[in-house]
Amino acid sequence: MAEYKWPPMEQRKLMGKRIARLDGPMKSSGRAKYPSDMNQPGLLFAVLLTSPHAHAKVKSIDVAPAKAIKGVTAVRVISGPGTEIQWAGTEVAAVSAVTEEIARDAAKAIVVEYEVLTHLVKEDNLAKVGPRAKAAGEQITGDPDKAFQDSEAKISGDYGIPVITHCCLEPHGSVVAWGNDKIDFWPSTQAVSTVGGDLAKLLELPATQVKVDCQYMGGGFGSKFPADRWGAEAARLSKESGGRPVKLFLDRATELTIAGVRPSHFAKIKVAGKKDGTMTGWQSESWASGGIGGGGMAPLPYVFTNIPNRRMNHTQVSLNAGPARAWRAPNHPQASFLTCSAISDFAAEIGMDPYDVFLKNLDLTLRADTYRKQLVKGAELIDWKKKFQLGSAKTGNIRRGLGIGIATWGGAGHASKCRLTIHPDGTVEVEIGSQDIGTATRTCITQVAAETLGLPMSAVKVKLGNNSYPPSGPSGGSTTIGGVSSSTRKAAVNALEKLLEKVAPGMGVPPDQLEANDSRIVAKGNPNKAMSWKQACQKMGPTAISEMGENEPRSAAREGLNTQGASGIQMAEVEVDMETGVVRIVEVVAVQDCGLVVNPRTAESQVAGALIMSVCSALMEERIMDQTTGRVLNADMEFYKLAGLPDVGKLTVHMDITKEHDSRGIIGLGEPCAIGGVAAIANAAANALGVRVPMVPLTPERVLAALANRRNA
Amino acid sequence: MVNFEYANPTTVKEALSLLTAGAEILAGGTDLLSLIKDDVHQPKRLVNIKGIKTLGGISKIGNNFRIGPTVTLDELASNPLIRGAFPALVQASLGITSPQIRNMGTVGGDLCQRPRCWYFRTGNGLLAKGLVENGENKYHAIFGTGAAHFVSASSLGPALMALGATLKIASPDGKTKDVPVAQFFKAPSAEGEREIALAANEIVTDILIPTPPTKNATYEVRHRQAVDWPLATASVSLRMSGTKVTAASITMGHVGPTPIRAIEAEKMLIGQTITPDSAEKAGAAAVLGAKPLSQNAYKMQLAKVAVKRALLTAAGVKTV
Repeated sequence: MAEYKWPPMEQRKLMGKRIARLDGPMKSSGRAKYPSDMNQPGLLFAVLLTSPHAHAKVKSIDVAPAKAIKGVTAVRVISGPGTEIQWAGTEVAAVSAVTEEIARDAAKAIVVEYEVLTHLVKEDNLAKVGPRAKAAGEQITGDPDKAFQDSEAKISGDYGIPVITHCCLEPHGSVVAWGNDKIDFWPSTQAVSTVGGDLAKLLELPATQVKVDCQYMGGGFGSKFPADRWGAEAARLSKESGGRPVKLFLDRATELTIAGVRPSHFAKIKVAGKKDGTMTGWQSESWASGGIGGGGMAPLPYVFTNIPNRRMNHTQVSLNAGPARAWRAPNHPQASFLTCSAISDFAAEIGMDPYDVFLKNLDLTLRADTYRKQLVKGAELIDWKKKFQLGSAKTGNIRRGLGIGIATWGGAGHASKCRLTIHPDGTVEVEIGSQDIGTATRTCITQVAAETLGLPMSAVKVKLGNNSYPPSGPSGGSTTIGGVSSSTRKAAVNALEKLLEKVAPGMGVPPDQLEANDSRIVAKGNPNKAMSWKQACQKMGPTAISEMGENEPRSAAREGLNTQGASGIQMAEVEVDMETGVVRIVEVVAVQDCGLVVNPRTAESQVAGALIMSVCSALMEERIMDQTTGRVLNADMEFYKLAGLPDVGKLTVHMDITKEHDSRGIIGLGEPCAIGGVAAIANAAANALGVRVPMVPLTPERVLAALANRRNA
Repeated sequence: MVNFEYANPTTVKEALSLLTAGAEILAGGTDLLSLIKDDVHQPKRLVNIKGIKTLGGISKIGNNFRIGPTVTLDELASNPLIRGAFPALVQASLGITSPQIRNMGTVGGDLCQRPRCWYFRTGNGLLAKGLVENGENKYHAIFGTGAAHFVSASSLGPALMALGATLKIASPDGKTKDVPVAQFFKAPSAEGEREIALAANEIVTDILIPTPPTKNATYEVRHRQAVDWPLATASVSLRMSGTKVTAASITMGHVGPTPIRAIEAEKMLIGQTITPDSAEKAGAAAVLGAKPLSQNAYKMQLAKVAVKRALLTAAGVKTV
């Protein structure tokens, strides 16, 4: 039985090292070809016609004017007469043409008659949503009424975080060519091994007929798993255009309108406790929406799940707005924001430093020791104890404040298969139906394979992004690094074992007494008995060694290559201008564990990216709906505001790399680091201002309103 | 997209002859191309004026500084003459924190760009009747009681207005006219009226700023530090005798359909020294006439602070 377990931390030569991402130069020089860069000969361009109405019934649709335009190759009706449209931006028809401009003109030429129905697109005021609200039931633990009655201190606060979109830099879409017997599909996807089957299902074809390739993709954040209706329509347009490749990528406005959102979350929260900071009671009345299907439901109270007396009520609101998709840690950033805000307000109420209140209550969490160490580390990095001052004590027009956010996540590896081939000339290739969504998956797989085979990075060629390779799971739920590292490790161990069997007789050493090291095969304990990797491979004869490795989630925890349970804390320091309400980031600190860290450099980069997303969400990001027209008003990069470099401030990332965490195996990172930042920044602003701004993003108008409310109170 | 002709004249006269019905002037293109892509404008012909040499350059001519309309925002902000005399213009240019836009965008284009109102840009007309009042108006005007609720998007307009600048405009009949910047911006009262006093067949040929030296400054309040539209700006120009103000000119930007002059604030500063206290009072006076919409009362505070800080900056006093 092969031994798969990770080599001891101190013996690793590549894993755990700060290796620059292999495709960095390709990406930064523009040579990396993303699906939206695919420009085959004969390429056609497709454009969607979308509904201008948030709620309507299609009465009739006339595509003849579009078909009559020269250069149009096909026109398809997506929402035919009788279809009830539930959000503005819904796909109504699609057109392909020889140029993008002609396709746009043709889409505009289509005549659609709608019966316009009443719509609701705003949910911030629950009293105004009427029958669109659906209660999800009450959960009670302990005796919350008594806890509040008996409490020494309590607070009640309103908190809200709006719908935000995924705003992928590369919009959703694909290039697709449907020839006679197969479909070549180049989607921007997080799911190379499953998206082809999804497209086949939409087109009622055998899955074998769809060939998928995606070498690079420009951001998904949870929104790019399916083939999508527009992917299927692009394929049909290709077929109807004689199999010519069709490029259909959503334009920016459509991308921000229909390609996925993170649900909002609003709550009235009450916390009861003692004057020493101990929390004893929690009550929350929350509501959320992620579109017509209602919304997510944040797990409240978050992390501090064992507050003894709790009452939670949640209401889902159905809106005529673009639907929710998984957004980097679904429900968690909202839950962290709501919970950590209420805890910080409780601390302010009793005049305590929130850092002490978080520490005091860690026994109400499931991983008290880890959080304690992380809070201590974070405080050291941001110099918390020296800097912290209660909000009520601050003066001056420019004030600084500190805040905390907390995170928890699973992150176990997904199902993954990998094939590793050692060729007689000594070259090595890894084939895996995974994808690199910008997280350095390619680099990490190379590290694992090279480490296992005792080779340098340059000796291993990793091939991914194609569904002809062994299937590997979609990149969602922070499951990729655990899955692909484990399957790659196993494939490499299996292949090496075969190689050692071939060379052992000639070396006069049993195969299990040989190891691969420094590009050599060496007898254990006898470094003089060795041959070079190249020589060893020549012994295998003309046939390459090709072995599979598999990560099976049900047995993975037992094997120990990957497990789950990531914790993290984030702390922020902000500076507020009391006269303008402008909030600026001074620093955000993240302390994050994710078990064995394959590549600390790219891991830190991933956390830094998550911190920037948190800055966006905390300070500026918000989908703005217009109730009259039912449309998104800021479906652009002008008023859908994201942070630019001067807005980001200093980012400090501390990966919690310890023997103890390392021994837990690999755990996913993408999501846990994207959870606590919003709470940390919102709390830092509350500390600086001396008053809670109930809703993020912390725009000048919200900050000034909160200050005015305090003056009037 | 409607196809259009592209013309590349080398003289103003030639350009004017090309500006027939449906033609539009192209300079930096930072605004016009997006207007075309969004179907807000559908020009039949684009007349590129960047090839007209006489429309460029910055110089001192007699009693005026002259800025050519095709001077880019970057050229403006880095020009030694401008840096020496008009920090208000430099600060206004640098408030556009996108090197790309500063490299392409022109002074004339900044004055003539269309408003950014999200109802206008999505095809609901410049006045977007009913939509703004009942809708999302947090970025809209707090001044003006008419039908126009958009805010003038110009960054340089308020500064040029405070500096008393005049625009020279050439017409197709061969005549030229001088229009003070203060009269260049207009609040339309009906859909279809333009928000600037430039006919579609006219060209701004010169921006002229009078020379008497002033202490001047622009202060901008912006949500993002990266490129973002101002929430409110103020440009001030002060003539001083010692530490006392003898004449003040104060213009606020992004708070009305035109730059808004703060006459009351100007008056109360005469004879005063600029201090945090006098600047604060001038700021308060500047927004007295504001009539905010349902969501934008906060812009009164921002305009007030912008005026205060612009005055303090001009006078060389610490702003916060």
